[in-house]
Amino acid sequence: MKADPTGVLTGAHYLDGDFACGEGAMAAGCRFTAGYPITPSTEVVERISRRFPMIGGTFIQMEDELASMAAIVGASWTGIKALTVTSGPGFSLMMENIGLAVMMETPCVVVNVQRGGPSTGLPTMVGQADMMQARWGSHGDYELIALSPQSPQEAFDLTIAAFNLAEEYRVPVMFMMDECVGHMTEKVVIPPADEIEIVPRRLTAIPPKEYLPYRVEGKLIPEFARAGDGYRFHTTGLTHDERGYPVMSAECQEVCVRRLVEKIKRNTDRIVRFDEENADGADVVVVTYGITARVARMAIDLARKMNIKVGSIRLIVVWPFPEKRIRELAGKVKAFVVPEINYGQMVLEVERCAAGQAATIHVPHGGGGVHDPNAICEAILEAAK
Amino acid sequence: MSTTVDPNQVAVDEHPVSPFLRMDRIPHIWCPTCGIGTVVKCFATALDETGVDLDKTSIVSGIGCTGRVAGYMKLDAFHTTHGRAIPFATGLKLGRPELLVTVFSGDGDLVGIGGNHFIHAARRNMDLMIILVNNFIYGMTGGQNAPTTPLKARSSTMPFGNFERPFNLPHLAASCGATYVARWTCLHIRRLTKSFKEAIRRKGFRFIEVIAPCSTLYARLNKLGTGFNLMQFYHDNAEIRPDADTRDVDIEFQDNIICGKFVDEERPTFTEMMNEHYQQKLGDKYVPLPPEGGLLHE
Ligand SMILES: Cc1ncc(C[n+]2csc(CCOP(=O)(O)OP(=O)(O)O)c2C)c(N)n1
Ligand code: SF4
Ligand SMILES: [Mg+2]
Repeated sequence: MKADPTGVLTGAHYLDGDFACGEGAMAAGCRFTAGYPITPSTEVVERISRRFPMIGGTFIQMEDELASMAAIVGASWTGIKALTVTSGPGFSLMMENIGLAVMMETPCVVVNVQRGGPSTGLPTMVGQADMMQARWGSHGDYELIALSPQSPQEAFDLTIAAFNLAEEYRVPVMFMMDECVGHMTEKVVIPPADEIEIVPRRLTAIPPKEYLPYRVEGKLIPEFARAGDGYRFHTTGLTHDERGYPVMSAECQEVCVRRLVEKIKRNTDRIVRFDEENADGADVVVVTYGITARVARMAIDLARKMNIKVGSIRLIVVWPFPEKRIRELAGKVKAFVVPEINYGQMVLEVERCAAGQAATIHVPHGGGGVHDPNAICEAILEAAK
Repeated sequence: MSTTVDPNQVAVDEHPVSPFLRMDRIPHIWCPTCGIGTVVKCFATALDETGVDLDKTSIVSGIGCTGRVAGYMKLDAFHTTHGRAIPFATGLKLGRPELLVTVFSGDGDLVGIGGNHFIHAARRNMDLMIILVNNFIYGMTGGQNAPTTPLKARSSTMPFGNFERPFNLPHLAASCGATYVARWTCLHIRRLTKSFKEAIRRKGFRFIEVIAPCSTLYARLNKLGTGFNLMQFYHDNAEIRPDADTRDVDIEFQDNIICGKFVDEERPTFTEMMNEHYQQKLGDKYVPLPPEGGLLHE
């Protein structure tokens, strides 16, 4: 369906990535946000807290990120679309309740505007070192979805996509921005509401007497009932059966957790999203995401001028990872070059999928700035040898 | 933890509170003579006697023996994470303001790991009814020290007796801004039920502490007999003093337990403050989140 026009600030704007992300959330129909201030993400909630009172939304600044995450999970059970926003230290605090959202199958969006870490790290400067945490940070086995925008325009567009994916798959979606994208100001075009495609919260049509909160009947995603509609359902972070009742057994664990994993895994082809340029026939493929994709573009241009056959894959959906495409390319290219602002995270996925068929060269950066394009270019030249 | 009772032997349908419980989950996990069940019975009775719309009533629990309560109540029920029942409930309440949102959890859950949320929700006068079962111990995990364990009492991690000062919970709640504060033991069935009924009808941050036996761990570690002996102790040592200054209601080991309704006042809730404030500042431009819930396209 189309977006509700109340939240949509149609027009051409000059916005930073944080503000654009906030606008994307509101356009997507988000009407509840809980957050705790942290650089470089705070502008997202500042934007939202200024606009929410005029569009029927509630923002609350919670006492910490544990509370913010718990609050959005609770809010989502009323059927409202809910968001929280943070950066590294707060992201760490959210992990347990991200797991709760996974287990209860609660749609919600968590924005992480990444800064340098570990610990307090570089509060005002860029990092991309929470990519694995986004995937594996909460305990136990699970799958979820993560996206990474490269510009304020994408911060807007992909925040909407994040909400849509959260609704479609009933998972928490991690929106992995970085400080550069969050703080860079560019033109952002917000289309009219009737040009924005939205996945609404779908409430079950099954009457309360017949409803079981986690019955799937051969599908992968259960029907949703919200609190206050007479369903009197039970949901828990414990391993549960289709009634939502705790069952402490290996058999129930198998059914419960396998489906949580499968609902994403089996839909990987529908969820993955990447930009591919000149990868077919290339000797070297650069795999990047976020701000680093833009820096790498200069390196790619430099290499092309030197007649290197270089293509690129820019991850838009980071998790699940486009495993199939990387495997295909691995049989054809000489090497993958993976620049990212960390000491080796998404490169591990590339390397895993390349499975020895192509070399994988990481171009690390510790954070606090972006790569020197020459460093990436050198890696490309090296890879092409 | 519990001995198994054949559910068929229980007069399921005749029990007056069975409509409020998930009878398909009985027998429950609680030990014989544990006090939690009594508190549940009083709560169910209060729901019954106030006639609240059960379709619009939610219960949120954290983790622990008391944290299992949400799992047995036939309401929209959320068994969440350890310590986070209050912020979860906050989201639920703000997402759909017309709901009656209750939080039912243990002492360790609500004021140990969850203490920060407790004081801030009280400060904001968040519209939540909080039932805290204080058994002076971490029951679920085997009797470790809690922030409520009285000085000198033994716990499995204070085997030589507790030397940390415990919280005085009514005072904590009252000083943070709770608008309804009461304490009873689970022997005070009628008074406790009455407090629940009052709290259901009030708004704002309502806090009811219920002293209840953990017969298996607290009683055993401290050689206090069975749950029955603890109930007898409450009978002999609970002192009803509703006019007590909350500063004076600390609980010493095996000393008197001052009970009563200590605070009952009206103060605007978080949502009322927010609505009034935005109406004043923004006038007609202010669009509050509707009581029946925020934006849904159906
Ligand atoms: C984050 C986290 N830490 C620790 C635990 C283990 N744990 C489960 S219940 C509990 C204590 C519960 O105590 P209380 O709230 O007093 O409940 P009771 O069992 O006494 O009713 C603890 C520490 C947990 N589940 N989660
Ligand atoms: S361990 Fe204690 S609190 Fe837990 S059910 Fe048994 S008696 Fe009750
Ligand atoms: Mg306890």
